[in-house]
Amino acid sequence: MSTMNVDAKLSLNKFYVNEEYAHIVLNRNAETESSEFRKLMLACPAGLYKQDDKGRILFDYAGCLECGTCRILCGKTILEKWEFPQGTFGIEYRWG
Amino acid sequence: MSIMKIERKRGEGMSNEGFDVIVVGAGVAGNVAAYLLGREGLQVLLIERGNYPGSKNMTGGRIYSHSLEKIMPDFAKEAPIERKITREKVFMMTEKSSIGLDFQSSLLGTHGSDSYSVLRGVFDQWLAEKAEEVGVEIVTGICVDDLIIRQGKVCGVIAGIDQIESGVTILADGINSLLAQKAGLRKEFKPSHVAVGVKELIELPAELIQERFQCNENEGTACMFAGFPSDGRIGGGFLYTNKESISLGVVCTLSDLIKGQKALPQLMEDFKTHPTVAPLIKEGKLVEYSGHLVPEGGVEMMPKIIGDGVLVVGDAAGFCVNLGYAVRGMDFAIASGECAARAVSKAYQGGGYSEGDLQVYRDYLEESFVLHDMKLYRNFPKFLETTPRVFSDYPKLLEGIMTDMFVMNGQPTQALVKTIMKHINKVGVLKITRDAWKGVRSV
Ligand SMILES: Cc1cc2nc3c(=O)[nH]c(=O)nc-3n(C[C@H](O)[C@H](O)[C@H](O)COP(=O)(O)OP(=O)(O)OC[C@H]3O[C@@H](n4cnc5c(N)ncnc54)[C@H](O)[C@@H]3O)c2cc1C
Ligand code: SF4
Repeated sequence: MSTMNVDAKLSLNKFYVNEEYAHIVLNRNAETESSEFRKLMLACPAGLYKQDDKGRILFDYAGCLECGTCRILCGKTILEKWEFPQGTFGIEYRWG
Repeated sequence: MSIMKIERKRGEGMSNEGFDVIVVGAGVAGNVAAYLLGREGLQVLLIERGNYPGSKNMTGGRIYSHSLEKIMPDFAKEAPIERKITREKVFMMTEKSSIGLDFQSSLLGTHGSDSYSVLRGVFDQWLAEKAEEVGVEIVTGICVDDLIIRQGKVCGVIAGIDQIESGVTILADGINSLLAQKAGLRKEFKPSHVAVGVKELIELPAELIQERFQCNENEGTACMFAGFPSDGRIGGGFLYTNKESISLGVVCTLSDLIKGQKALPQLMEDFKTHPTVAPLIKEGKLVEYSGHLVPEGGVEMMPKIIGDGVLVVGDAAGFCVNLGYAVRGMDFAIASGECAARAVSKAYQGGGYSEGDLQVYRDYLEESFVLHDMKLYRNFPKFLETTPRVFSDYPKLLEGIMTDMFVMNGQPTQALVKTIMKHINKVGVLKITRDAWKGVRSV
């Protein structure tokens, strides 16, 4: 079965990334609460929650589709905050 | 346009006491509510955080026309719809096979019960233009951060350093509705009450779509797939034909998705490369990749929808039903936007927007199909949740029967009844009967 890198798919989207301001931030527990982090690795449609070879967690808000999945699953456990990007920033669906 | 600009513009002509109504969110629910109130002559401000209405919105999708038809007769002649859906296909799918039901009928296209594939980035802009034509002020690119609340009454919105007052505020801000949470109308939705959907928009020439889906120009197909797309968990795959593209996606209930092994983007990729799906999108060009939540908890997830000076409509109120073979959210959003507009209009004439004044909103929802259907299907989400066999064992059972029937390899064959019973016994007659009974009773 083919494994396509979701980043390549995201690169087709139009994003206005706010480099100055992260709208989603993980808290300190994210490193240790691996069962919580695993939920996000499974459910984030953009595949933004990752682990490297050494098992270190990685997250970049830049490709966020603003769906809210991570907030509903882990808003009270490993997320420091979840907001919409400020007006005009973030994903812009041309077709949607 | 910034809110400052709106204030200045208002200063030139209108009274400066704020708006009669502020609608937050220019999705289908918000646009319709704003349009109806604008048409009534109320001063309406519609605020959207995306750069244009629809720019943050995604749907499967197909819109069942009935509720918008009532408000804008013959809208489909003018609106940027994609194709009229005249063919429905439902598949049970395993890794290697799919077994389908194909329903093609002119009954699907008759006026009033017709449905259309749509792309929201385009469709919502058109709806917003309709609202603008009847005098609604629209500001885009502004995210409402909070509500002005005085003595428990919502009196307007806060965005950055700007505050704008209104008599009443309609929250049409979608499933995440951070504002309904700030107003204390609801808590966070539970993972068992929402599904996450991922979708790929794949471009294909119109003629190729017509050939592959055997349909006329401007007509198209909707396909639903159970089993393999969600890896045997609660959820499914969908495919809608647009004019010159295919909307292909996977939806999974959050609480079940996190118990599985495969990540959602991988489920999407596996579905896309399934032998049933791959030929349908062959030579297609992926042009957009989107993700969005779907409310599917039914009345159980419904928050408080009326407060002092505030109403909640559409996805923000959880108005959506997912029946597996059909998702209905847009027609609910539109009808709830209409009910809210009627309630606000009545309260406007009555002179106040207290929680009591706005109670008619619920009456209107009760009279319409919205609450009726939400209640009718109240047990359906539970049925799926407690009957995982629908997504795992049953597609395999059908695959087994079909394989024994159609695969001829020189092995001695068995009588058909025996073949079928062999597969049914693997799951258990009793279990199947019980599930069927449970399923029928839940709808
Ligand atoms: C994968 C998938 C498939 C679906 N398939 C179908 C289908 O085939 N048929 C069907 O009828 N329904 C379907 N639905 C459901 C349907 O899409 C929704 O029910 C419908 O879009 C809800 O409309 P809405 O106007 O309530 O919310 P939305 O369309 O979500 O609109 C909310 C708006 O509010 C804005 N907003 C949010 N917060 C703020 C803020 N703070 N400030 C300013 N603006 C804000 C957003 O940007 C957005 O424009 C599907 C949904 C998904 C995810
Ligand atoms: S909001 Fe959705 S897309 Fe964005 S990080 Fe969370 S799960 Fe991923």
